[in-house]
Amino acid sequence: MSNPLSALNGATWSDGIASVVEVPMQGMITLRGDLSDPVIKAAATAVASVDVPGQGHANCDDSRGICWMSPDELLVLCSYEDVAANLEKMQSTLDGVHSLCVDVSDARAVFEVSGPYAREVLAKLAPVDLAPDQFTKGMFRRTRMAQVPAAFWLQDTDCFRIICFRSHAQYVFDLLTVAAQKGSAVDLF
Amino acid sequence: MLILTCPYCGVTAEETEFHAGGEAHLKRFGPGSSDEDFETYLFMRENPKGVHFERWRHVYGCGKWFHAARCTTTLEVFGTYSAQVTEPPQEILDTISEKRPGWAWRDLA
Amino acid sequence: MSTRLATGGRLLNKEKAVRFTFNGQQMRGFEGDTLASALLANDQMLVGRSFKYHRPRGIVAAGAEEPNALVNLGVEGKFEPNQRATTTELFEGLLATSQNHWPSLEFDVGVINAKLARFMPAGFYYKMFIHPRPLWKHLYEPFIRQAAGLGQAPKGRDADTYEHFHAFCDVLVIGGGIAGLLAARSAAQAGARVLILEQTAHWGGRAPVDSGGIDGKPVDKTVDELVSELSDMPNVTMRTRTMGAGVYDHGYVLGYERLTDHAPETDGPRHRLWRIRAGHIITATGAIERPLSFAGNDVPGVMLASAVRDYVVNYGVSPGDRTVIVTNNDDAYRTAIALKAAGLDVPVILDARVLPADSPLMAEAKAAGIRVMMGHGVAKVLGGKRVTGVAVCLQAGEGAVREEFACDAVAMSGGWSPVVHLWSHCGGKLLWDNDFAMFRPDVDKAPTGADGAAFVSPAGAANGHFGLTEIVGDAHAMGHAAARATGYEVTPKPAPDATSFEEAPLAPVWLMPQGAGAPLRSKAWLDYQNDVKVSDVQLAAQEGFESVEHAKRYTTLGMATDQGKLSNINGLAILSGALNQPIPQTGTTTFRPPYTPISMGAIAGEARGKVFQPVRRTPMHAWHDENGANWEPVGHWRRPYAYVRSGESVHDAVMRETKNVRENLGLLDASTLGKLIVKGPDAGKFLDLLYTNMMSTLKPGKCRYGLMCSENGFLIDDGVVARIDEETFLCHTTTGGAERIHQHIEEWLQTEWWDMQVYVANVTEQYAQIAVVGPNARKALEALGGMDVSAETLGFMEWADGTLGGFKVRVYRISFSGELSYEIAVKASEGQAFWDALMTVGDALAVMPYGTEALHILRAEKGFIMIGDETDGTVIPQDLGLHWALSKKKDDYLGKRAQERTHMTDPERWRLVGLETVDGSVLPDGAYAMADGANENGQRTMQGRVTSSYHSPNLNRGIAMGLVLHGPERMGEVVAFPGTDGTTYQAKIVSPVFYDPEGEKQNV
Repeated sequence: MSNPLSALNGATWSDGIASVVEVPMQGMITLRGDLSDPVIKAAATAVASVDVPGQGHANCDDSRGICWMSPDELLVLCSYEDVAANLEKMQSTLDGVHSLCVDVSDARAVFEVSGPYAREVLAKLAPVDLAPDQFTKGMFRRTRMAQVPAAFWLQDTDCFRIICFRSHAQYVFDLLTVAAQKGSAVDLF
Repeated sequence: MLILTCPYCGVTAEETEFHAGGEAHLKRFGPGSSDEDFETYLFMRENPKGVHFERWRHVYGCGKWFHAARCTTTLEVFGTYSAQVTEPPQEILDTISEKRPGWAWRDLA
Repeated sequence: MSTRLATGGRLLNKEKAVRFTFNGQQMRGFEGDTLASALLANDQMLVGRSFKYHRPRGIVAAGAEEPNALVNLGVEGKFEPNQRATTTELFEGLLATSQNHWPSLEFDVGVINAKLARFMPAGFYYKMFIHPRPLWKHLYEPFIRQAAGLGQAPKGRDADTYEHFHAFCDVLVIGGGIAGLLAARSAAQAGARVLILEQTAHWGGRAPVDSGGIDGKPVDKTVDELVSELSDMPNVTMRTRTMGAGVYDHGYVLGYERLTDHAPETDGPRHRLWRIRAGHIITATGAIERPLSFAGNDVPGVMLASAVRDYVVNYGVSPGDRTVIVTNNDDAYRTAIALKAAGLDVPVILDARVLPADSPLMAEAKAAGIRVMMGHGVAKVLGGKRVTGVAVCLQAGEGAVREEFACDAVAMSGGWSPVVHLWSHCGGKLLWDNDFAMFRPDVDKAPTGADGAAFVSPAGAANGHFGLTEIVGDAHAMGHAAARATGYEVTPKPAPDATSFEEAPLAPVWLMPQGAGAPLRSKAWLDYQNDVKVSDVQLAAQEGFESVEHAKRYTTLGMATDQGKLSNINGLAILSGALNQPIPQTGTTTFRPPYTPISMGAIAGEARGKVFQPVRRTPMHAWHDENGANWEPVGHWRRPYAYVRSGESVHDAVMRETKNVRENLGLLDASTLGKLIVKGPDAGKFLDLLYTNMMSTLKPGKCRYGLMCSENGFLIDDGVVARIDEETFLCHTTTGGAERIHQHIEEWLQTEWWDMQVYVANVTEQYAQIAVVGPNARKALEALGGMDVSAETLGFMEWADGTLGGFKVRVYRISFSGELSYEIAVKASEGQAFWDALMTVGDALAVMPYGTEALHILRAEKGFIMIGDETDGTVIPQDLGLHWALSKKKDDYLGKRAQERTHMTDPERWRLVGLETVDGSVLPDGAYAMADGANENGQRTMQGRVTSSYHSPNLNRGIAMGLVLHGPERMGEVVAFPGTDGTTYQAKIVSPVFYDPEGEKQNV
């Protein structure tokens, strides 16, 4: 079918110290393998057109990118429409190499939290040092947001992308709007 | 609340990102083993006051299991290391010997 | 009387009057007042009643240590009891009422307890209300409950919001007094990232109130300069109204920020709980003055000498026109001098010490014309609801009155105790300091962190330094040390040059006069809030409560909301005296966080209302909600229990759905079932170890039901495994089991069999999965059009990829109901559209969605087990008659060895059977079957229990499954199950398969 619905159908909110937007369906492919193997790297870079990032980092350019998930796992981002073709391409590159690549686009929800207080909104929910000189562009952090797992990176200055499980989308959206409520700036960063 | 450094993703995080997995370096006894060996494997634990080796999983992070060497009385962390070993690496043992001379744990010392 | 002075009040904005209400009475204060200072300015000295004897109590202190001035604040959703007036900032419209009295503060019936005080010693409640037993329940307890408690519990839902904030720093300074500010500056100058917290609204602490100067300037000026210097430093964050509440392992600290308590109309959260991770912590928490123990030391108007000074200097409030000072140290002379300077009368200073010569402070007081009586103390305070005078005696005597002074306030000082709470929370040890008669931090025994190094340093008065010169030097050095400890290079600069008075030594005074007899001792209060007197602690010691922790609990000393901030040291000194042992041998009770009470809202943070806990939603959640779903929580998931139509009960809906599946067509949202991809050359071998069945022999395109056991042998999960290709398997787990089982699988893969070439991915949420179930199931799929789903092409326990109605699908022909059944996975983003398409084609086929309860009944009719019903963590597959799923060909699988243990092979283990009530009724779920005899505890012997029980609409009677002793060998036998309703149910042991035992319906 041609009309995929994201978890919250593009919900938005901006009635506080930051704005929250659900990003439309983002193509995501989990790639497991030996990251030092050039074939594995090539499978990812050929699809995302960015370099494989180092430990704890992500190279993201709009909807394309590669996120370092663990020593044997990358998350390859591409446009949602291209997932099937890219998956096939990766699988043929990886033929005969012990690896796993699987479409997880529908298993996730993606949010964008932006504004000068975006860092503070996240710091209310995640046990992560989000000071501007500590969490910088290019870093990628898998952690906990309140009671659920999440991962985030700086898409741009004052603009975070957050990935969570699709079933948690409403919870995470609500969390972000509570954390960004009016009058709640910490004025720390 | 502890902080631990995950040896796989390099992140130093607070305890809420991790899941404790009990004692480290258990030797598995499966079918064919004696009742005594199997009992030891399943139920007998060191539970020491002092130096201890544990398993943890970075459950909210990279998802990897790892080992931690820790003091159960002061909560000092001597180091974290790979899950894919059957005994602690020498450098961890050296660190412990330096900080806790005369320590012992199972047949390690 | 207490009143507002024409001059003074360094914290006030006298331009701005603030109106507030106390016990219904309109009063006025100024911006900058605390509720306590404003009450005193309105001559409201009496502010509450004590807990046990309902004695009149007034304001004693000026800060967080206040034991008496606890009030109810606000109304309805903003109501909060037990708020300290001394730390409540005044705001326009503040509404406060006093606590623990009836019918009024001025006239209180409970004061009768005070008349009975001599019959109510320590442990009174324990001793008195034990006998006769029946009276406890019917007389004593209701009466005590009526009388007990200080404030009222709030009834309304809290109207405010709260939040957490995670902060990180190199050096955390707790306390924004002169020591904290200086320590912060020296750490920050070295480059450390510094966070400094101050619990009040003002920087500078109490140094500006006391005498002395820094670098030739008054302390006030130095504080202003330090604050402005620190605010300009980019590596420094400063927060007022933020208390360091607790210090925990590895540099974790909770900070409690009160954002809108002083401005309730402001947007935003009321409190913010700072979850701070610091490299090093400096506790610059100051010191608290100790009361003196003399008769009548709780009469309103008796205050700490430092508090009297604070009220005069900070708030321009005089606690009384004539104030008698009583002291054992020099510091109280500052109060006398301040009162005199404010134009007030100090009739006498009673100094318990006998000194060879006057110290400079004593000389200054005398020069101001104040009479000083050395070696004297208070025999007793005169007055009831208010001080009217003091009777003076020799400290060395037994209390013979030598002279009386009329006065309306008494300022007392028994010396100072460093605030060691935060130092001690995480294990910092204390030393007894004989010169100052106090416990101080033992800096060589600091709490240690993750690297084994000390991570807390005390500074200033909190470190036992009291002269300004010593405080400044200590704080400066501690700041440098903390920066060094967190890896910064320090270029030492000299500490600022402070001047302070040389002070004469203190003389420890634990009881005044030292030979006070019983009548005086029983009026000398240690713990004001919990009404503990010197005589109570002495009695506790006499009755054998020699450990300080026991004496504390027996007398309730230090157990009130103030946690003994004023009473602790005096109490243990009295205890030590009674036990004839030195104070350090008695030791202190344990200091536990929080330093002062913090709100439950702050602890919960954002987790309330809609984000109280995560609710996991499937892609069809909204549809279910709009179509009558009665929700059932399954883990964090919400699943429809049944879809209730209008005019129908939930039970009706369940019956209707269950029948319809057997007769027509049902749709079930099965998206919550876990789906794990296991891939690699060793995937089959690996799964053979994880499952009790043989999975490696499964052919691609086929499905197999599998069981997973823990290494203990117990059944932990079940589900259908589909082999996708040679290297790839898709393993279904139970709802809510995906994360747990994924973790279990990864654990074995990463920590035991790491040489195996296998990768695992959790793809549970990638798919919406819909079970299409019932005799019309195939027709529905054929109506959608697309792939061939005929019995010939897609047989039972097979799967295939294809399209249906234009959707890319994976169809599993598996059945958990015994009906013709397809479980169809589509992408989650298309789940709702696919569900809609099925409902549309199903319209002509009598389709109904069905919920989890119908699912349960359908599987029970077929005798299929459910993890969590038939299993409870102690059940092995053998108990459930699942021997067919235990591979005998495999050398090993998780649980195999454990299942060989004697207890596991014991024929006496209860085993699964079906249970059919004789009269067709429904057995109570969980009911036990009785047997003859009793166990060693005298309990009836049991022989089985019900694990699942339902009314089956298809069989039109109750059906159940249960685990029964020798069950499978007892077919046809009737067993008794007593219910909790008084009825005993008779049930026949039958086969657990109640419906279509040959499986004809699913194989069409």
